[in-house]
Amino acid sequence: MGLTLYEKLVERHCIHRFSDDELLLYVDRTVLNEYTSPQAFTGLRKAGRSVRRPEAALGVIDHVNPTDPDRVASMGDPEAELQVAYFRRNCDEFGIELIDILDPRQGIEHVIAPEEGFILPGMVVAAGDSHTTTYGALGALGFGIGTSDIEHCLATQALRYHRQKTMRIEVAGRVPVGLSAKDLIMHLVHALGAAGATGHAVEFSGSAIMGLSVEGRMTLANMAVELGARGVVIQPDDAVLEWLAGRKRVPQGTHWQAMESDLCNLVSDPDATFDAVHCFDAGDVSPMVSWGVSPDQALPVSQAVPEPEAQPTASRQEQARRAIAYMGLQPGRPLEGLEIDRAFIGSCTNSRIEDLRAAAAVVKGRQVAKGVRAMVVPGSGAVRRQAETEGLDTVFKAAGFEWRQPGCSMCLGMNPDILGPGERCASSTNRNFEGRQGAGGRTHLMSPSMVAAAAVTGRITDVRRLGVAR
Amino acid sequence: MTVTWPLKANAALLLQPDIDTDLIMPKQYLKGIDRSGLSDGLFRPLRFLADGTPDPSFPLNHSPGNEAQILVTGPNFGCGSSREHAVWGLQQRGIRAIVGSSFAGIFCDNALNNGLLIVELAPSEVSEIAAAISAMPSIQITIDLARQRIEFGKDSLDFAIKPERRNQMLKGEDRIAGSLALARQMAEFELAYSIRYPWLLAKP
Repeated sequence: MGLTLYEKLVERHCIHRFSDDELLLYVDRTVLNEYTSPQAFTGLRKAGRSVRRPEAALGVIDHVNPTDPDRVASMGDPEAELQVAYFRRNCDEFGIELIDILDPRQGIEHVIAPEEGFILPGMVVAAGDSHTTTYGALGALGFGIGTSDIEHCLATQALRYHRQKTMRIEVAGRVPVGLSAKDLIMHLVHALGAAGATGHAVEFSGSAIMGLSVEGRMTLANMAVELGARGVVIQPDDAVLEWLAGRKRVPQGTHWQAMESDLCNLVSDPDATFDAVHCFDAGDVSPMVSWGVSPDQALPVSQAVPEPEAQPTASRQEQARRAIAYMGLQPGRPLEGLEIDRAFIGSCTNSRIEDLRAAAAVVKGRQVAKGVRAMVVPGSGAVRRQAETEGLDTVFKAAGFEWRQPGCSMCLGMNPDILGPGERCASSTNRNFEGRQGAGGRTHLMSPSMVAAAAVTGRITDVRRLGVAR
Repeated sequence: MTVTWPLKANAALLLQPDIDTDLIMPKQYLKGIDRSGLSDGLFRPLRFLADGTPDPSFPLNHSPGNEAQILVTGPNFGCGSSREHAVWGLQQRGIRAIVGSSFAGIFCDNALNNGLLIVELAPSEVSEIAAAISAMPSIQITIDLARQRIEFGKDSLDFAIKPERRNQMLKGEDRIAGSLALARQMAEFELAYSIRYPWLLAKP
């Protein structure tokens, strides 16, 4: 019987098998940040252990740093300062390369690691951030781990691993013009639920997936963790090779050719079987907006806040009532037309150059609506510079957007970028959890172009109603 | 954390679905470099009302829930961020085991790595235990890990757990030491891997 791509990657990385499903799994790369790693390094020191392959780890400061337009080395907050100081010391003493705050490459780990050519098809990448699933877009198996497993991974270059069940999510057709990978993944999360892929490694396939750009696939794979996916893979194709070509750390010469020849092996066999299969048609996707406090509480922008009574169980009804109250909404209220206070374009889901281009195309020639504070936080220094080369910064600034420095920023508000209580935000991020962007803040997830449309109209708006500069 | 099995303790009900790790441990508690001080942050958005006063309806805010060492939770508990601070905070608050119908993968691994037992049951079984706790909030629940059994009043349920996780929890094994002990297998693997996939192992 054939194997799925996920099963092949697990086989390739199996160091030792304890039982059918329990193994010691080799990890090719890890990426470290300042907030989930400190206790892992402390653990190594206490046990007198070293880092087995320091060159297989990359340290990035991204969660706690401010993103003020003029970059400064200071974190501005003593706790963040201490965390960053400890991270610097850890990377230095254990020999791990650190992309520090004033480094021109600095940015969000899941934007930088691919940009640096640090992630390649066929790898296993485990890192201390749930959105490590992003790397599935490059044909690597990416999954998030906690601090104790970061320590395990640093010490051993491996993890005790329980093989996941397999799921294929196949999307036929093409994502309609004017829509994006964000709308597609929000559609899937809405359809399958926030635990729709729990316990599974997900392979995305089908013409709509392969028709996405590599950056679009990153958006999709990134947010698959909002389905509960414990790992993501997408078959790597020529588009991935083109995207990687010329990047700093990618293999050279015969090594590049070997990687290229290996691509045909990184595919699920035609007779491979999955534990679960879901099929969708991209033609059914609409511009999506979240209305609640879980990423699956989302609907097409043309629809209204649902009636809690329509939920199947008493606890789901209570959950919906609580979400609607937290969000300051009423059942039956149309999503379109909801007034916003803030607009945020950024995060590891949607801060790459294509995201900024899509948003700028909407913003061009328009102004941020009165009373709305709008921010763009590019995913990395490289994205920021590329956008400036293309004049996108001018478009945003002329419209009244703040053009800021890279970081995780208001996706989770560990830095000074937060919502005030009750503020309503159109956001290109990945999680609308209660208090995620600031205590009492109200997050509406959507695509970058939908955020741009909300910013310039002052209310949630179907971006397709606005003429878009091409 | 050392837990003596079997565990006999009160349980608190937290049946709301999709309790994410931002709710379990909000961001303002994530800026430490050690594991201390997390008890204060535990479930903070759920423990307090908007005006800052404790929510009387939150089970951990009053007796006997405030003495609970077992949580009985709704589906998809621990979804979202990978922050292990959520697990450390639960343990610092005295929680030793969580019983529920489904758990997010990273949270589950984090919990078990720290010796916080995760017991996954069918939704109907969770409802059965929840009904017993609702009927008598002071009921003592026994979790016998060695026998993989939960006892509540006159009733009991068997549960499944991966054998390696059960053994690790019972013996308090150092998992990293276990992996490091496979040094020979690791060396053989890395050699073969470097020959077969040299572009992946080459210094980036």
